Amino acid sequence: MIEVEHLTKRYGGRAAVDDVSFTCAPGSVTGFLGPNGAGKSTTMRMICGLAPPTAGSATVCGVPYRRLANPGRDVGVLLDASAQHSGRTGREVLALAAATMGVPRREVEVKLDLVGLGVAAARRRVGAYSLGMRQRLGLAHALLGDPRVLILDEPANGLDPEGIFWMRGLLRDFADRGGTVLLSSHLLREVEAVADRLVVIGGGRVVAAGGTDELLADAGTVVRARDEAALRRALAVAGLTATAGPAGSPGGGLLVAAEPGVVGQAAADSGVALTELRAAGGGGLEQLFLTLTGGTSTKETTA
Amino acid sequence: MTTSTVPTAPAVVPPRHPGVRGPSLLRLTVVELRKLADTRAGRWLLVGIGLISAAIVVVQLWVLADDEQTFTAFFVPQLLPTGLLLPVLGILSITGEWSQRTALTTYALVPRRERVIVAKLAAVVLAALASVLVTLAVATLGTLAARATGGSGDWSFEASQLLHAVVLQVLGVLMGAAFGLLLLNTPLAVVTYLLLPTVWAVLAGMIVALRGPARWLDTSVTMEPLFGPDVTAGQWGRMAVSVLVWAVLPLAAGLVRTLRREVS
Repeated sequence: MIEVEHLTKRYGGRAAVDDVSFTCAPGSVTGFLGPNGAGKSTTMRMICGLAPPTAGSATVCGVPYRRLANPGRDVGVLLDASAQHSGRTGREVLALAAATMGVPRREVEVKLDLVGLGVAAARRRVGAYSLGMRQRLGLAHALLGDPRVLILDEPANGLDPEGIFWMRGLLRDFADRGGTVLLSSHLLREVEAVADRLVVIGGGRVVAAGGTDELLADAGTVVRARDEAALRRALAVAGLTATAGPAGSPGGGLLVAAEPGVVGQAAADSGVALTELRAAGGGGLEQLFLTLTGGTSTKETTA
Repeated sequence: MTTSTVPTAPAVVPPRHPGVRGPSLLRLTVVELRKLADTRAGRWLLVGIGLISAAIVVVQLWVLADDEQTFTAFFVPQLLPTGLLLPVLGILSITGEWSQRTALTTYALVPRRERVIVAKLAAVVLAALASVLVTLAVATLGTLAARATGGSGDWSFEASQLLHAVVLQVLGVLMGAAFGLLLLNTPLAVVTYLLLPTVWAVLAGMIVALRGPARWLDTSVTMEPLFGPDVTAGQWGRMAVSVLVWAVLPLAAGLVRTLRREVS
């Protein structure tokens, strides 16, 4: 269980995180989405007691993180896979954490095995690891204390597609056994397959939150016709607003903020033959994601 | 794409680990001791301290006159390079967490940062004590070698000399740690620590008014008596003042800084 209430972090006059609230329930995976610089990492650092909030509070397992006696046994944290001493071996990194938490030494081998770091890899220095290997090591580190809550910042970063698939399975299983997962990403596609809920953040503020399905459904309908002008007229007659289709989909099509049934009916009423009609789904959510956060992220990156 | 609706939490919630307590200071100290030696840099620093000690004694066996090859003669010169490198160990122990960004995991596992700091100080003090044992051991080997090669090999050694060596090395390593804690940056802390005596010497050489305070504040001056067997009360007093200024105050300020610092 993670409860975040009105978390705010200001640096100078600028609010990096502005009044962010959400709850992650046991048995669920929450995707924390936003472009780079949206405030995801700062929020997570505040949850983990590594950065003091300017205002607001966060609790994990019902208490503020810093009040947990032995946090590693309750909360698995992976905030930056690269933040490891490059001169230590993978096994040594885990051995130190196991010694700190009071976890039996054999758990190190168990967790190395779980994340697919073999004997040879575990003996190498972290400095020689690829980003994907560091992520696996970081995940092993987070799981070492057999926690009930996982807080992972961009864990899929650097993993190959197979690795991402594997991690999804691992997190899904963790949640299905009653665990709570909060994972951040700047890529919608990485999390939509595994997250039950999404919290979308842009410019430090929560811009959308809810069940993944709910947000997917809200994303509207993709519709396509051979005669696009006629389709636009038909939609206008029915009072539906249409925008250019999801970014990257070939041939465009139109994105309509309505149920597929309503859109189909509107087309039929005007006698327009459709070539495609479907719920926008991921593509639509991506559009939503871009719309919600695009303005801010553009500003952030050009600033 | 997930098709489940609002998540219904399965009944099986893993039980909270019963009776889980925070890591004891002893456990944290063991971890910090391990961190001193589990990287290549740390290991070479420790090995380097031993090697330099050994090298000094070997040179002494060549250059010292036979009647000068005594245990005390082998013991004292080793204190200087060790006393220079131990503070660097103290600095690295603290600043390494920030330069290598391991503070992120260290302080996530132990949010009570002051406990980590105390464990680090304990670990470097133990390392300083161990270094004195190494100094004793190397001096012993040197004396045995001297006896075997016709040197005096005299074993006489004053207990106060040992005590002073311990004080010298422990204070040195703590001062290094204090600099690290205050500056939280490896090169800055190392350079500042190593340059400070030189700066004192240069300034005191140029500015007459500084010569008085230097006798109380320049640690290279105040701690000099520790290389010998006799330290007067006045010398202890001046040493205490310099340690207060260069170890206790930075330790206190650095502790506050570390507790408040945002980890990223």
